Amino acid sequence: MHRHFDDELQSLKEQILRMGGLAEEQVQGALRALVERDSDLARKIIENDRQVNTLDVAIDEDCLRLLALQQPTARDLRFITTAMKISTELERISDLSENICERAIELNEEPQLKPYIDIPRMANWALKMVKDALDAFVNHDAELARKVCRDDDFVDDLTHQLFRELMSFMVENPQTITRAIRITFIAKYLERIADHATNVAELVVYLVEGKIIRHTHG
Amino acid sequence: MLRRPTINAVVAQPAQLAPGPAPKIALNDVNFFYGASQALFKVNLQIPANQVTAFIGPSGCGKSTLLRCLNRLNDLIEGARVEGKLLLDGMDMYGPHVDVTDLRKRVGMVFQKSNPFPKPIYDNVAYGPRLQGARDRSALDAIVEESLKGAGLWEEVKDRLHASALSLSGGQQQRLCIARALAVKPDILLMDEPCSALDPIATAKIEELLFDLKKELTVIIVTHNMQQAARVSDHTGFFLMGELVEFSDTKTIFTTPKDRRTEDYVTGRFG
Repeated sequence: MHRHFDDELQSLKEQILRMGGLAEEQVQGALRALVERDSDLARKIIENDRQVNTLDVAIDEDCLRLLALQQPTARDLRFITTAMKISTELERISDLSENICERAIELNEEPQLKPYIDIPRMANWALKMVKDALDAFVNHDAELARKVCRDDDFVDDLTHQLFRELMSFMVENPQTITRAIRITFIAKYLERIADHATNVAELVVYLVEGKIIRHTHG
Repeated sequence: MLRRPTINAVVAQPAQLAPGPAPKIALNDVNFFYGASQALFKVNLQIPANQVTAFIGPSGCGKSTLLRCLNRLNDLIEGARVEGKLLLDGMDMYGPHVDVTDLRKRVGMVFQKSNPFPKPIYDNVAYGPRLQGARDRSALDAIVEESLKGAGLWEEVKDRLHASALSLSGGQQQRLCIARALAVKPDILLMDEPCSALDPIATAKIEELLFDLKKELTVIIVTHNMQQAARVSDHTGFFLMGELVEFSDTKTIFTTPKDRRTEDYVTGRFG
């Protein structure tokens, strides 16, 4: 039996994917603005955050409407509540990209402290996690979602490594402190982006299996 | 006779369903036949005391048939036959020494269409106790008041207890039937689509009532209204073509059902 409701759910899914695509572009753009020292691009990325915010609100409104009018149950219910939460996670990812751009603009006003090597590695790893989490969402793939959760450890390790390195810069030469702190912030933002990807992945496991695995490292 | 593959119901562990006390009602491998046609297939179920249990499923799935097995109302149908064990507090409901009248006193029932007697409100409620020999006026008054309060009707009718029951609205008549059932102090109240003829406000009153009633007795409700089952019941059984497909706590049935058929039914994908 065809349900009109299914069309609504499909369009909700497409909105989440559109938002996911935008969030990925935000992270990619922020990374480029930093590495290529392109402050104009950074400002453009900051501006683009609005689109993500608009989608976040639209998705919330759609989910609330479907909850109220369709009184969904079982997997429909899990899908809608998950979509609401994923949209919040994606919005945060875009916010963090905006923060990276703000730090990039500041960094671009001074000579480059060191070549960016670990930051792009972290960013690409975090991006892959976001992408995998969204793929897991589309394909109802709990296995891939669990892999994303495991991948988070790698980003955490890289963050700590980078902290240690920047610390040594600061100890050796206090002139570097401002820049090193800004880069430290960026590392933290990327680490948070990976955390949000992990949250999305945990939500996907709930969507598919009905199991809540967050806070359990399950 | 219909033949169909045996499909095992996904039934949660009894320990999860009835923490502590023994189940109020336990069904073991219950089959039911209307003549040659089988209406229930190997139903296994444990119904916890002082909770609301809902039976859901499409028309003809056997949920009402099962409900009517629980007070032996099906005995009245020619050619009807029950197999398996149906235990009420561990007692075999179909045992040779069971007094059916006594059983029905313990297991009250309310139907889809309210069916008050064409008598005064008071006499409707006092009917059962009087049948059991109650004559003391003040004792009867107390039972009538208590039962009407239990059914959430007292405030609306206390000044016209001797008016005809037929002067009441549909929702009030249904609550009067509940009061009439409560008057003989049953352990269990069976409700077969008790709200399907009522407007949303009358329905809400009955649903609210269930939360109070279950403090005193065990309620089993058959409903086509899934949202109603979701709102009022603690446990839900989903029936399909005479089989209990899944029985679990209501939250699980409506958020993470185990069986695909349950999922399809509660999400409206059925058919």
